[in-house]
Amino acid sequence: MEFRNQTLDNGLQVIAECNPNAYSSAFGFFVNTGSRDETDVISGVSHFLEHMVFKGTPKRTAADVNRELDEIGSQSNAYTSEEHTVYYASVLPEFQANVVDLLGDIMRPSLRKEDFEVEKKVILEEIAKYEDQPPFGATDKCMAAHFVGHPLGRSVLGTAESVTALTATQMRDYFNQRYSPGNITLAASGKVDFDALVAQAAKISADWQPFTVRRETPRAAARSAINVIEKAQAVQQYAVQIANGPAAMDEDRYACRLLATVLGDDSGSRMFWELVDTGEAEYASIGTYEFQGTGIQMTFLCCAPEDCRANLGRIHELQESVEQNGITEDELERAKSKVCSSIVLRAERSANRMFGVGSGWLQRREYTTVRESVDRYKAVTVADIVAVVEKHPYTTNTTVVVGPLTDLQPLG
Amino acid sequence: MNQEIYTHQLANGLVLAAEAMPWLESAAFAFLLPAGCARDPAKRLGLANLTCEMVQRGCGARGSRQFVEDLEMLGADTSAGILPSHTTFAGAMPSDSLHEVLGIYADVVRRPQLPPNQLEDAQQVCIQEIRAAEDDLAQTAMTELRQRHYGDPWGRATHGVVEEVSSTQLGDIEQDIAHHYRPNDTILSVAGKFDWHALKDHVESICGDWPAAVISAPETDQAAGGYHHLPSDSSQTHIGVAYSSVPYSDPGYMQARGAVGVLSDGMSSRLFTEIRENRGLVYAVSAACHSLHDRGSVLCYAGTTTERAQETLDVLTAELLRLADGIQEDELKRLKARIKSALIMQQESSTSRSRSIAFDWYHLGRIRSLDEVGGLVDGLTCESINAYLAEHPPQDMAAVTLGEKPLETPLGIS
Repeated sequence: MEFRNQTLDNGLQVIAECNPNAYSSAFGFFVNTGSRDETDVISGVSHFLEHMVFKGTPKRTAADVNRELDEIGSQSNAYTSEEHTVYYASVLPEFQANVVDLLGDIMRPSLRKEDFEVEKKVILEEIAKYEDQPPFGATDKCMAAHFVGHPLGRSVLGTAESVTALTATQMRDYFNQRYSPGNITLAASGKVDFDALVAQAAKISADWQPFTVRRETPRAAARSAINVIEKAQAVQQYAVQIANGPAAMDEDRYACRLLATVLGDDSGSRMFWELVDTGEAEYASIGTYEFQGTGIQMTFLCCAPEDCRANLGRIHELQESVEQNGITEDELERAKSKVCSSIVLRAERSANRMFGVGSGWLQRREYTTVRESVDRYKAVTVADIVAVVEKHPYTTNTTVVVGPLTDLQPLG
Repeated sequence: MNQEIYTHQLANGLVLAAEAMPWLESAAFAFLLPAGCARDPAKRLGLANLTCEMVQRGCGARGSRQFVEDLEMLGADTSAGILPSHTTFAGAMPSDSLHEVLGIYADVVRRPQLPPNQLEDAQQVCIQEIRAAEDDLAQTAMTELRQRHYGDPWGRATHGVVEEVSSTQLGDIEQDIAHHYRPNDTILSVAGKFDWHALKDHVESICGDWPAAVISAPETDQAAGGYHHLPSDSSQTHIGVAYSSVPYSDPGYMQARGAVGVLSDGMSSRLFTEIRENRGLVYAVSAACHSLHDRGSVLCYAGTTTERAQETLDVLTAELLRLADGIQEDELKRLKARIKSALIMQQESSTSRSRSIAFDWYHLGRIRSLDEVGGLVDGLTCESINAYLAEHPPQDMAAVTLGEKPLETPLGIS
């Protein structure tokens, strides 16, 4: 396993974790842009643009792009988050040149107006799909409430209104402000010919003009609030809770994830034994997410509406207990074993490594081997956990509840 | 591809199937017991799921917590699930934990404690699953579709019914285990890094004295088929369409798979191109082969807003019917590239190989090597697929819609 990286003259960065024994290779263009880089007027443009990137270039029609991705047998897709837009494909190593040519070409899309209008309908269908799907927008609504006035409060998908109102010109302007080569990293993993990759990337991006791209990364304010949103046709009640957490650069992110595993993993955690194992809730779990400048700890609950208030109360007690008394050595050791094992197992797939290596580079300009990641988790102590929970208490949080309830008063 | 595949049948009938992947650090297993929900007795729908929940609440000398904590310390990421045909327990872990984890799961399937004071909690867990499934509208539509297409019991919902789960007694669970947690018809598959001789000896030692029992086949009802609408105040109309195909064990299966691949595999497939790319009717549309032991089908899904639902159903069924006109050379070439690359990429995942070999054994009674599958894919031609389609054209479709309004059923749906 060897890590290689090179920055081209136009600023495009090429990085790879090369594993000559891998069966496949994975390649991704990681663009450092997402919903946090939008304004309310163009909310949803990063994600809509991600769709439009597949709609063709001066050299290729949309059908050509789709056909060629299939011809080389690629497993390809794209995603948009608050901070990143990623276009990726896994292929057999012999197709490296084909897939890099294709992915590189679509990084300069035509953004044709006729394609824009058809694809807008697809985006509106995607928004409608999530409206029908648990937790019925609770996550977006909680992000909006927690990050009010902060760029991370904006929904990745945008709203039906903002997407309907978007114009192709606005999208082109956004593209011209964000897709600078210096704001893009080409990440690869698996069986990769790195020298050939760099040479090809240089050729493809030869006429990509660099320009300055900025991003504001304020810390989020800590807040406590609760909102209840009625969704009469839902059977279950869904709650999402957001507390602040470590940012992407913060070293205590390792301790924070282990703490989340102890308190809220989907099996074997304190919340599992208290709420899920007893059948009080369908699920009750915690995830941690890091962004530039700030981070969050997100708690998810799904249960019968009549139990929601009591369950949130019990979650609060569990949170308080961790804040006051910390966790035991045994709990920490089990959490380490779980987290480290899952890191090692995931790393067996080249595609998974490409995501890990690419996002690590975008967030920190840092490459971490699987072994180094495991070692950082193993080095966490109970004292580190106490420090992180003191700095980022769960009990200071924003809660959004979606389901049949109109308020959180006890029924009857 | 150089594959090491092993099989060993214990005297009690249990089949151990394994594939060595010595380049990995992990090992994965799948235990398939003939305890699927198709065997749930009348008035006890959901029993398989409840039994599966109960056997994980303490087994052998381990209580419920010890069970979970030991698996955590072994780094095992495990899961359990219910299919119409089987109850499955599966997991992936660092390879040096494999024997110990299999030992724990031998206790799960052979020596569950079934503590009476856990029954109510287990019932509540199962009821939560039923209620949560009702909130997943796309899944609700597809569950109804399977029910109408396959009939009872093979099309039934795996989680069962709240009232019947609530009234289930511990004795029902003990009976379920006595009848269906049996080594005959059970498959244990392992893939990853292991020593075959040691693995075989270990499985003999933990399962060799597990007594066999007669397992009866469930009765099969006639399927209702046709079109059915589930009214819902939803944002989208969820459309499911099914038609009969051949099962995985049928000599024509690869042809059927090829035809469905042309419909739905990849971004240049017909459904994606015609319904999403050209018309912007949906975000999600798909078709997939689904196989029971003796029957197969193609299940299609599309989700779209109400005002465009009729057009979506019309275009979807028109594409299914157009399939009978045959497929083109370039479509087949792309499909072959996709399938072959996916086969090679499976070599990076012990989990996916352990599932594949268990699936093979259940349907074929043997394991196909990747070379054999590659050969079958190479052997596909437009002529062979078109001949298959001429003999098995998509027809007599069943359809379910869930949404604001029922739709007009186009030609082909009966």
